[in-house]
Amino acid sequence: MKIIVPIARTEDYNARIVVNKDGDDIERGGVAMVINPFDEIAVEEALRILDGGDGEIIVVSIGGDEAAPELRRALAMGAHRAVQINTEAKLMPEVITPLLGALVEREQPDLVVMGKQSIDGDSGQVAQRLAQRLNWPQATFAYEVKIEGKTVTVGCEMDGGTETVAFDLPGVISTDLRLNEPRLPKLPDIMKAKKKPYDVISDDELGGVAESPIKVLSMAPPPERQAGQIVADVDALIAKLRDEAKVLA
Amino acid sequence: MIAFGLTEDQLEYQRMARQFIAQNVTPNAGHWDETGHFPKDEIRSAWENGLLNLCIPDSVGGAGMPLVDTLIISEEISYGCVGYSTSCMANELALTPVVIGADEDQKRKFLKPFVDEFKLAAFCLSEPGAGSDAASLRTTAKREGDEWVINGQKQWITNATHADFYTVFATVDREAGHRGITLFAVPRNTPGITIAPHENKMGQRCSDTAPISFDNVRVPADHCIGGPGNGWKIAMRTLDFSRPLVAMSAVGVARRALEESIKYAKERKTFGKPIGQHQAIGFMLSDMAAKTQAARLLALEAAWRTDQGLPANKEASFAKAMCADWCMEICTDAVQIFGGYGYTKEYPVEKLMRDAKLIQIYEGTSQIQRVVISRELMR
Ligand SMILES: Cc1cc2nc3c(=O)[nH]c(=O)nc-3n(C[C@H](O)[C@H](O)[C@H](O)COP(=O)(O)OP(=O)(O)OC[C@H]3O[C@@H](n4cnc5c(N)ncnc54)[C@H](O)[C@@H]3O)c2cc1C
Repeated sequence: MKIIVPIARTEDYNARIVVNKDGDDIERGGVAMVINPFDEIAVEEALRILDGGDGEIIVVSIGGDEAAPELRRALAMGAHRAVQINTEAKLMPEVITPLLGALVEREQPDLVVMGKQSIDGDSGQVAQRLAQRLNWPQATFAYEVKIEGKTVTVGCEMDGGTETVAFDLPGVISTDLRLNEPRLPKLPDIMKAKKKPYDVISDDELGGVAESPIKVLSMAPPPERQAGQIVADVDALIAKLRDEAKVLA
Repeated sequence: MIAFGLTEDQLEYQRMARQFIAQNVTPNAGHWDETGHFPKDEIRSAWENGLLNLCIPDSVGGAGMPLVDTLIISEEISYGCVGYSTSCMANELALTPVVIGADEDQKRKFLKPFVDEFKLAAFCLSEPGAGSDAASLRTTAKREGDEWVINGQKQWITNATHADFYTVFATVDREAGHRGITLFAVPRNTPGITIAPHENKMGQRCSDTAPISFDNVRVPADHCIGGPGNGWKIAMRTLDFSRPLVAMSAVGVARRALEESIKYAKERKTFGKPIGQHQAIGFMLSDMAAKTQAARLLALEAAWRTDQGLPANKEASFAKAMCADWCMEICTDAVQIFGGYGYTKEYPVEKLMRDAKLIQIYEGTSQIQRVVISRELMR
């Protein structure tokens, strides 16, 4: 079994995020960076699928050298090989998808396991776009994955419920939060990760990419939450709900 | 050239250790402190994750980690609970003399088991009558045929109860002073070893400290490490490793006290504003932060010197003295910032203050560090 796991480098979800001066992106740099949490779950799931058996897990990141620590971390967790795809293009789903598609054609994996979204842009599109592009089946928002022979059965989260789907390999799975709890790499594995194969290729080697036609015009933080109020009694509460919050008629 | 940044590898070790400690140690530290429970399972877990015995060279399958990297990890471990960290560090302390003094056969014999299995070790130098003046130790070793026979009392031995392996300093010739001191590797199951009940301590209560007595304890000749009369040299060289390490554990405690204090100073309001905005508290926090960073740099420099093979005796004492003393000041200030709440077990800072005190005492008291430094200065 050969599995590709694309990983994005994102701001730590505990970090304080602020919008940049131009108001078109978040302020990059200065905060701790992590493997996008959903992608870390994807790496873990790939490891569990392989379960120490024959095969290869290839972790891929698009961008440049800055993602090397995250790729190495995935190698320390147990992935076998890393591919860093260098590109100058802004990392939007329209840019990421064709590059991943070209890599999949080159590597011919049995499965792509990836996070359902990256927590910086929150687009949540790449898994679906990739499956469409490859004309592969997809199972999104996975909370459970079972593989028997060539058949993959995936429990998927849905609004207000779950759905179970099955497909034959190859295919694309996108991972949700409940799927697993990623392992902490052991110290000796961190040391060994440096010796694992790590390829750097350019976007040109994968057919090149055009900038995304989508431009972010502005970005704003969510409105500040107002401090709560303590009211004297139920009547005062009802009055406020009716007159101020206007949630009661 | 001078560089203060951590390498990518060091950042990964730090991140991994931080996460491990946040999951396995920090949430339990208060309970261990209350009950005096020895967290053997969690120490085993540190071993499973490769965080123990970092001094063992790669020639026998160990991590062979540079001391600077070990310090970076130690800060994280100590941040969670320095009592736990002391138990982990006791392994480094006990095994380092073997790394320094043993030949290859002895390294394979005594260190390899720590790579293959989870085991604890203890460093047995101090005695009831010989602490600061360790060279005046009374424990004797006598050669009888193919064996050494050890007799004497050791005091304050960290991990004593749980260790499988002791490194024991004894004299082969009391008349010779420190030139008679000799290092022995002593397995726990050797007949004649008695461990007294462990001490009921002020702080670092989850660490195990107990007296050990050696009554006609016989070990084979090849258990003498580095040759008769070379023990003191090995012990002194060990300090170049252990003092920076203990110094960095103080940095971990100090950082914890600082972070807890900043958090509290933002939450707690008096006279209409968060207490951190009262200048007296704000300046206290500033000093705590500056001392923590200064302490970290002193410890790292001492470790770096040891890694480079440079003389590190004085710098190790700089680090041990200042890191321990600043840590004590920082923890005392942390309790002050928390006011009445700081004096209760509801918040973690009173534990930090009790834990910190020990760092000024073991591995050479703060006074002894100054004795070492002044002696170097007056040479
Ligand atoms: C919890 C704990 C764990 C320990 N773990 C270990 C261990 O694993 N292995 C081990 O071998 N030892 C261990 N020790 C022993 C520790 O290193 C000694 O306690 C320490 O060296 C001090 O020795 P002492 O207690 O005999 O004090 P003393 O030497 O009696 O000192 C008493 C006081 O006199 C001061 N003093 C002494 N000499 C001078 C001087 N020349 N100038 C100025 N002041 C001086 C000291 O600073 C101290 O304040 C541990 C101790 C404790 C408390």
